[in-house]
Amino acid sequence: MISFENIVKWIQAFLSAHLPHIWVLAVEAVIIIIAAIALFAILGLVLVIMERRVAAFMQIRFGPNRVGPWGLLQSTADTIKLIMKESIVPDNSDKFLFNLAPFMVMIPAMLILAPINFAKHFFIWDLNIGILFVSSISSISVIGILMGGWASSNKYSLHGAMRSGAQIVSYELSGGLSILTIIVLCGSLKVSDIITAQETGWWIFRGHIPAIIAFVIYMIAVTAETNRAPFDLAEAESELTAGFHTEYSGMRFALFFLAEYINIFIVCAVGATLFFGGWMPFHIGTWHAFNHIMDFIPSSIWFFGKTFFLIFLIMWFRWTFPRLRIDQLLNLEWKYLMPISMVNLLVMTVCAIYHLHF
Amino acid sequence: MFIVEYLKEVTNAVKSLATGMKLTGYYFTHHKEIITQEYPDNRATLKMADRFKGEVVMPHDANNEHACTGCTSCELACPNGSIKVITKFDINADGKKKKAVDQHIYRLDMCTMCGLCIEACPTDAIKMANTFEHSVPDRNMLVKRLNNNGSKIREGVE
Ligand code: SF4
Ligand code: SF4
Repeated sequence: MISFENIVKWIQAFLSAHLPHIWVLAVEAVIIIIAAIALFAILGLVLVIMERRVAAFMQIRFGPNRVGPWGLLQSTADTIKLIMKESIVPDNSDKFLFNLAPFMVMIPAMLILAPINFAKHFFIWDLNIGILFVSSISSISVIGILMGGWASSNKYSLHGAMRSGAQIVSYELSGGLSILTIIVLCGSLKVSDIITAQETGWWIFRGHIPAIIAFVIYMIAVTAETNRAPFDLAEAESELTAGFHTEYSGMRFALFFLAEYINIFIVCAVGATLFFGGWMPFHIGTWHAFNHIMDFIPSSIWFFGKTFFLIFLIMWFRWTFPRLRIDQLLNLEWKYLMPISMVNLLVMTVCAIYHLHF
Repeated sequence: MFIVEYLKEVTNAVKSLATGMKLTGYYFTHHKEIITQEYPDNRATLKMADRFKGEVVMPHDANNEHACTGCTSCELACPNGSIKVITKFDINADGKKKKAVDQHIYRLDMCTMCGLCIEACPTDAIKMANTFEHSVPDRNMLVKRLNNNGSKIREGVE
């Protein structure tokens, strides 16, 4: 049967039969880099067109439907346009930081790919502190945003960057706490262990109400962390032109834009791993016949299906909810999400200790 | 009690957000609700609303007769001078002179579609049409004469 696991094994066997050990690693690294970049490019194209169509349908419109079948080539056309545009660097900007910032946003996004299990036994590096790695690296991306806003020497950019800093620092807390809630349940930070622990049912079902609360808080927190509406205060089109990327144009702007969508994909992949069992098919306890039927659907389809469901959820948020003001945003985090997720973590810990979950 | 208030606030927030998501979810799954008109693909079937103000026209009946008396009220009412009524004097059967419209000139390129001329007209001789394809190669084509060639005032309109 063709699966990602077998492809990886086959490449590994093929390379080690023909090359010395050190070269095998090097060639594999190159393959992974190319695959990661290809994944990013495809994700960018797919998510942008998906966002625009979803937005359109929710606003009782059609959205882009002229370029290619059902408008599917629209984002490709937009990318070509962006590539051909001049990328302007403002005169007074700090040139080095200005050019570095888009990459500082992209690099954390790339790093986070490492521990994610895309399919059964298909990952780049399943390190034993996987989830800790994800949550620590994801907080680095704010540096890129701060850098871009600071280096542009533009009051709007600076404002946007500062807001984004306040926002991400606050929402990391409740996001982290809701991740901890699941970690408490499975007792491991290793991504593949978290997934195998959900063999008899996904945590969102087995973890009772605390898991559902944790899931809701996680979704709110990651929406804020990825700077998306209703938490798009760092961009704030209505009052800050475009926030931290006001001065960016052409391909540098495209990198910021792409990073936003990549980040959405990553947080949704992590969410799917924690709450919906990653690539684990839908299993119900000890119903072996049912579980066996579910196993026939390839694990990669389960993983991408769940991830895209969560992405759709985030898009649904964006096109439904009104935006928050900066003080309301911080109120929501410090007065509501943080205390609730702390109590929630406590309840979940008690549940886990007394084995009250299924 | 504080904690009760707090929990009530949280449940209310969740409930109102869910209401919003229900509506957008409904629109997402029911594409027949889409209100976008795919003009010009649907040019043949496109139906404009009656209230749409496209241009000022003067309706003529089958005998090429209109209801304009040439009173120039519309010209006076127009805030930006888009209408110029050129009058003439008709000699009627018993040899009396009577004022009538010679040319009712309407400048579509200046009109703001405010509708004041229509309100001012005492005989309802002009009205708003809901046409909107006004683009022309030369702007002089937007200066229109509203009364038809050889048309005359309808019998009985004073
Ligand atoms: S609609 Fe208004 S602007 Fe146009 S001709 Fe009538 S009065 Fe003048
Ligand atoms: S269109 Fe009406 S207001 Fe204008 S001149 Fe004719 S009768 Fe008078």
